[in-house]
Amino acid sequence: MSALASTTVDLARIQFATTSIYHFLFVPLTLGLGPLVAIMQTLWYRSGDEAWLRLTRFFGTLLLINFAIGVATGLVQEFEFGMNWSEYSKFVGNVFGAPLAIEGLAAFMLESTFLGLWIFGWNKLSPRLHLATIWIAVLGSWLSGYFILVANSWMQHPVGYTIDKTTGEAHLTSVWALLTNGFALRAYVHTMLAGLIFGSIVMLGICCWHFLRGHDVDLFRRAAKLALIVAVPVTLLQLVVGNRFGEAVTSAQSMKIAASEAQWNTCQPCGFSLFQIGGFTEDDQTPKFSITVPRVLSYMATGSFNGEVQGLNDLQAQEQSNYGPGNYMPNVRVIYWSMRVMAYMGVLMFLVAALGAWLYRKRKLETARWYHWTALVAIAFPYIAATAGWVLTEMGRQPWIVQGLLKTDQASSPSVSTAWVASSLAFFIALYVILGVVDFVLMRRYARPDRPPAREELPEPVATY
Amino acid sequence: MDLQELWFVLIVVLWSGYFLLEGFDFGVGMLLPFVPRNESERGAMFESIGPVWDGNEVWLVVAGGATFAAFPAWYATMFSGFYLALLLLLFFLIIRVVSFEWRDKSESPRWRAVWLWANAIGSTGIALVWGIALANLIHGVPLDSNGDYDGNLVDLFDPYTIFAGITFVLLFAFHGANYLGLRTSDRLEQRVGVAARRLSLPATVVGAAFLIWTIVVAIDRNDKDVFPVIVPALLGIVVLTFALLFVFAGRSGLAFTMTALGSVLAVATLFTGLYPRVIVSSPNFANSLDVSGAASAHYTLAVMTVVALVTLPIVLLYQSWTYYVFRARITGEDAELREALSGPTGS
Repeated sequence: MSALASTTVDLARIQFATTSIYHFLFVPLTLGLGPLVAIMQTLWYRSGDEAWLRLTRFFGTLLLINFAIGVATGLVQEFEFGMNWSEYSKFVGNVFGAPLAIEGLAAFMLESTFLGLWIFGWNKLSPRLHLATIWIAVLGSWLSGYFILVANSWMQHPVGYTIDKTTGEAHLTSVWALLTNGFALRAYVHTMLAGLIFGSIVMLGICCWHFLRGHDVDLFRRAAKLALIVAVPVTLLQLVVGNRFGEAVTSAQSMKIAASEAQWNTCQPCGFSLFQIGGFTEDDQTPKFSITVPRVLSYMATGSFNGEVQGLNDLQAQEQSNYGPGNYMPNVRVIYWSMRVMAYMGVLMFLVAALGAWLYRKRKLETARWYHWTALVAIAFPYIAATAGWVLTEMGRQPWIVQGLLKTDQASSPSVSTAWVASSLAFFIALYVILGVVDFVLMRRYARPDRPPAREELPEPVATY
Repeated sequence: MDLQELWFVLIVVLWSGYFLLEGFDFGVGMLLPFVPRNESERGAMFESIGPVWDGNEVWLVVAGGATFAAFPAWYATMFSGFYLALLLLLFFLIIRVVSFEWRDKSESPRWRAVWLWANAIGSTGIALVWGIALANLIHGVPLDSNGDYDGNLVDLFDPYTIFAGITFVLLFAFHGANYLGLRTSDRLEQRVGVAARRLSLPATVVGAAFLIWTIVVAIDRNDKDVFPVIVPALLGIVVLTFALLFVFAGRSGLAFTMTALGSVLAVATLFTGLYPRVIVSSPNFANSLDVSGAASAHYTLAVMTVVALVTLPIVLLYQSWTYYVFRARITGEDAELREALSGPTGS
């Protein structure tokens, strides 16, 4: 392959990484804040307590500001497969196209239509029907996540397909296998929990910001309680689910797990490296310094404290005998650290949530200023964890674009020149920076404590229909 | 009809749905800088499409996804070939999406003006680029023997394709004015009526010329006969003429129905002229991509058919219900109420 062609592929990869990571900064907050807003509206509907209505509106506004960018950047993702990865699109279209199309038709349509009804339906629908619209929109967003993860998981662990002899393209043989791909189901639970973590941790942080300024403390105490009720179990559960997801990755993508542990040689039992210096390249396989917990990697990767984990060197030899000469190892350093950043952030978020729950029980949540600052800083944690998670998932699959079937460097668009990809990359970065800044300013403005709500201006929703 | 043909028809249905629905949203966007005279009227125009534009836009997402699933090679060649045009389209799509959610988040007149223009420019740009892009499918683009695009941005511009872009802009502006005629009241309704009357003649004449030109292009560049392309084209001309008559008769409901049908028939004419090909190759006509060459295997199409037959009617049902909920004409007070609701905790 010529140097120019490899530059085009690299640029297209950077572009996909940039736009999809950016897209996923907004999507999980929608996935998580959506049900929380729906719960608050339900609490208002059932109790008639106006505080819940005010909280519904407050967090609902943040949800919508955030949702807009999620929609806008999602369009880019759908176009980008065809624009930059036409060979990939032809190869996978039969299989991968189906969940994408179903996502639009069965899920995104539902979410978009009913969110419109929710935003504008306050004085047009009966309170019960209006409440139903937010729940249906949430259902749409959660269904949407499912179909997207079915598509993505097929790239990680292809099932229910055959390679057509005449065209060399993947053909679907079982839609049931595609939809019940074990990898997809685990990825789905993992991602939806991540969404709930986003929603609850961001909500907790904003509540603590209000406590810090002593603004509307009684109101935001209720929201903080709700956020903690969600955050504590969900962050804990995510540690378990993330671990189980790791087992699925071990069986489908052994190379990814070996790289995420910088495990060069096959081991049994294997210790988990908490931190290490060096040992990230083929020429430098032994770390200069490392802290390792015995047997934990065996447990995480296989579910048994005595399980065997294959090393990079053995896997590389196996891949070469299966697929011919070439380098089948991802960038070990990046994969090792992305795995740790994700996992450590996961643990930190659990600690923040647990600490908050303890303070709440001690009735100190509104007064512990050090905790308010902690929770404010913790707003960044889910964003960092999700980004690291996708870097691990996608870069860990390299050099494959579809595990074992198609390599990334064979998947780009032959008709697209380096200059086109370079200019579109520059275009997206410029546009996304502007969008990000405006979004941040708006979110801050609508989340900040020193904007006193004027209760008397708030019209009661009335049923005219 | 086999499944490949059915899916070609379904893709046409999805594009038709997109332009019928989002078409009037584009029209409302295009008229934003010209029709309303004050903030309350601008709010009313945004309000008229506020609840529905997002659901309407999903028709595009579905059209794209369905093309990917049912005709992977069509999706791959079209999206990679029309690269820079689609990049421009994404710019217009994005600024328009955020304009809806962000405009009312500040009271600063400059902020509001920025997002009003973003919506207007986005709406116009999307209509223009889609007109040019879809017209290129039938007018022909350079494809190599692998079916990959073998040209550059300039190859997409031709008098016919540019004319198609202008047609889409005028047609949707007219369609949007008719929609507003159903949803506005008082002075705004009167001014919308004036806009509809002014747009009616150019939109009808340009639309008719585009439909006839499309027949010529289909015969000339895609090896088609006059029949059956002439059927949707003639129907389109008749429908647009009726739209013109209804506008001057003050019957906005009927005029809107006619421009809705006109949007569908414009899409139908293009795709009838295109069938059985999905992208015409020019100058090497033999490299053209056709339905059977681009289609997915039978199993995928069968699965997708079941999904489409189950979900499409449900989608139509709840989207229709949405229009029923928001059927009332918008008054000045509605816009103010919405304003009051949009702030944090209702401030």
